[in-house]
Amino acid sequence: MKILVCISHVPDTTSKINFIDNDTKFDTNGVQFVINPNDEFGLTRAMWLKEKQGASITVVSVGGSETEPTLRKALAIGADEAIRINTEAKDGITVAKELSHVIQDRGFDLVIAGRESIDYNGGMVPGMVAALTNANFVNNCISLEIDGSVVKAIREIDGGKETLETSLPLVIGGQKGLVEESDLRIPNMRGIMMARKKPLTVLDGIGANNDTCNSKFEKPAPKGNVTLVSSENIDELINLLHNEAKVI
Amino acid sequence: MSVLVYIESEQGKLKKSALEVASYGKAIANQLGINVTAITFNMSDASELGTYGVDKIMNVNNIKEFNAKIYANYIQQVAESENSNLVILSSSANSKYLAPLLAINLNAGYVSNVVALPNDLTPFTVKCTAFTNKAFSFTEINASKKILSLSNNSFGLVQSTGNATFENFTPETVTSNVKIESVDKASDQVSIADADVVVSGGRGLKGPENWGMIEELAAVLGAATACSKPVSDLGWRPHSEHVGQTGKPVASNLYIAIGISGAIQHLAGINSSKVKVVINSDPEAPFFKAADYGIVGDAFDVVPTLIQKLKTFKAQNA
Ligand SMILES: Cc1cc2nc3c(=O)[nH]c(=O)nc-3n(C[C@H](O)[C@H](O)[C@H](O)COP(=O)(O)OP(=O)(O)OC[C@H]3O[C@@H](n4cnc5c(N)ncnc54)[C@H](O)[C@@H]3O)c2cc1C
Ligand SMILES: Nc1ncnc2c1ncn2[C@@H]1O[C@H](COP(=O)(O)O)[C@@H](O)[C@H]1O
Repeated sequence: MKILVCISHVPDTTSKINFIDNDTKFDTNGVQFVINPNDEFGLTRAMWLKEKQGASITVVSVGGSETEPTLRKALAIGADEAIRINTEAKDGITVAKELSHVIQDRGFDLVIAGRESIDYNGGMVPGMVAALTNANFVNNCISLEIDGSVVKAIREIDGGKETLETSLPLVIGGQKGLVEESDLRIPNMRGIMMARKKPLTVLDGIGANNDTCNSKFEKPAPKGNVTLVSSENIDELINLLHNEAKVI
Repeated sequence: MSVLVYIESEQGKLKKSALEVASYGKAIANQLGINVTAITFNMSDASELGTYGVDKIMNVNNIKEFNAKIYANYIQQVAESENSNLVILSSSANSKYLAPLLAINLNAGYVSNVVALPNDLTPFTVKCTAFTNKAFSFTEINASKKILSLSNNSFGLVQSTGNATFENFTPETVTSNVKIESVDKASDQVSIADADVVVSGGRGLKGPENWGMIEELAAVLGAATACSKPVSDLGWRPHSEHVGQTGKPVASNLYIAIGISGAIQHLAGINSSKVKVVINSDPEAPFFKAADYGIVGDAFDVVPTLIQKLKTFKAQNA
C-alpha cells in the first residue's frame, strides 16, 4: 500500500499571532513551526499501517524551503521519503491542485490529510483533493482500519459518530482519535540520523491558480475587564447573565 | 439568479444554524438585489424558512441518509438549475464535509468560518476567523462562483416577512462508495456544535466522579457539556467533548468554564463564544483575562449553589 501523508507546516499552538506590512502578512518572527497536530495523528496512524501490514509512507508539503525542517521531522518519525512542492501555498485550492497532480502522477492508495490546519483553518484541502482525484473521502476521521481494499472508518459527527464502509483509493481528513496523544511518536536520535539520508525531493509546482486571497488581517478587539461576582452572591451572576448579557 | 442556502434539518425539523444561514443568505441577497433559494432534504413542510427570507424551497427526497458526495452533487444540480453563483452553508460537520467537494464541482472559490456580511462586493471580500480564532482575515474571492460557510452564532437569526414556495426537485442520481454502517448519536443531548450554551469542566474538577454537577448544570441550562484537553486525555470524559485549538471549536452564546486555567490552546478554540463565564479558585488563572464574568471560588461550593439558584430562576421565568 502506498500512503501519502500531507503535512501542513504551521505555527506552534502557543504562538503569539501578529501581522506585518500593514496587517497584510503573518509575522513569522520568533514563531516556531511544527507539523500540524491533525497531520501528526495521521502520520502515526500511517506508521502503524506500515508496521502491521506493510506500506510505504511518503510525506508531502506544499511550500518554500522553510518547510523542510518540518518534513525532516516527519522523516525522523518514520516516513520513507518526502516531497516538497516548491510553490507558495496561497489558498486551499492551490494546495489541493498541486497535491492532486503529484497524487495522480505517482499513484497513492491512501492519502492522509488533516481535518484542518491550525493556521488558516480552511478545512478544505482533503475534500478538494478527493474530488480532484476521484477518490473516496471521509472527513473528521477518528478511526481507520484497512483490510485489502475494504476500509472501515469512523467519522465524528455533531453529537456522535458514524461508522462507514468504503474502499481504496481513499482520502481522509484525520484528527485525534486516529491515534491518541500518548501514541504520538517523538523522533529519537536514530530516527534523526536516518532522516538525513532519506530522500527529500523538491518538485516544481504546476502553477495552480488561487481563487481566494487574504487581503488583510485583524486581531480581535482587546477584551474589556472581567466583571467579578462574589461567590456569596450568585444571584447577581444570574441577574447579569439574564439582564445584561441576555444569554439566559 | 439567486443566493442558494443549504438548509440542514434533523428528523424533519430545521436546525437553528440553518435558520441562521437563511437569515445571512437573505441579507446578502438584499445587497445583491436578488432572491434566496433554499435546498432542503427530506422535508415535507419547510414554510418556516419564508419568515427568514427564503423565496423558494427546492426539496430533494431521493436520498435518506447524509452522504457528502451525493449531497454535494445534488446541491450542485440545484445551484446550476437556479443559476446561483453564491452558495451559503453552515459550519456543521456535514456542511464542512461536503463544501470542498461542492467547490470542486462548481469550480467555485470557497471560504470557511465566515463571521460577517461581505464588507465589499467588488472584489467580494468576507471576514473570517484565522489562526484558530486568534485573528480575523479579510478574504477576497476572485472566482465568479462563491461558497461561504458561516460560523455558528456569528450572524444570528433575522426574521423578515414573506412566503416561500415549495417544490420537490428530482436530481439525476449519483452513487457513492462511502456507505454508512451505523450511527451512534445520543438523541437526547445537545451537541457542542448546535448548543447555545456550553458548560465545560477542566482538571480543577479532580476526577470523573465529579462530573455529575457539570451535567446537572448543563441540563438546567439546556446546554452541551465539554471539557479541556487533559480531561479527555486522562479518560475522564470522551474525546468528543474536548474543545480548544486541537479539539472542537465552540461558538456558543454562553460558555461556562469550570476549573479550567485558560491556556492559550484552550482559549483559541472557544474565543468565538459570545459570553464567557469562569469559575476558578485561583484569582490569577489566565482565563479571567479572557472572561466576561467570573467567580473566584471553589467549584464544589459554587456550582451546586448555581444549579439551585438557576432552577429557581428558570421556574420563575418559564
Ligand atoms: C499542542 C497542544 C495542543 C493543545 N490543545 C488544547 C486544546 O485543544 N484544548 C485544551 O483545553 N487544551 C489544549 N492544550 C493543553 C493546554 O495547554 C492546557 O494544558 C490545558 O488546557 C489545561 O487544562 P485545564 O485548564 O483543565 O487544567 P489545569 O491547567 O490543570 O487547570 C486547572 C484549573 O482548575 C483550577 N481549580 C483547581 N481546583 C479548583 C476548584 N476546586 N474549583 C475551581 N477551580 C479549581 C485551577 O486553579 C486551575 O486554573 C494543548 C496543549 C498543547 C501542547
Ligand atoms: N501547504 C500544504 N502542504 C501539504 N498539505 C497541506 C498543506 N496545507 C494543508 N494541507 C493538508 O490539508 C489539511 C487541511 O488543511 P486546510 O484545508 O488548510 O485546513 C492539513 O491538515 C494538511 O494535511
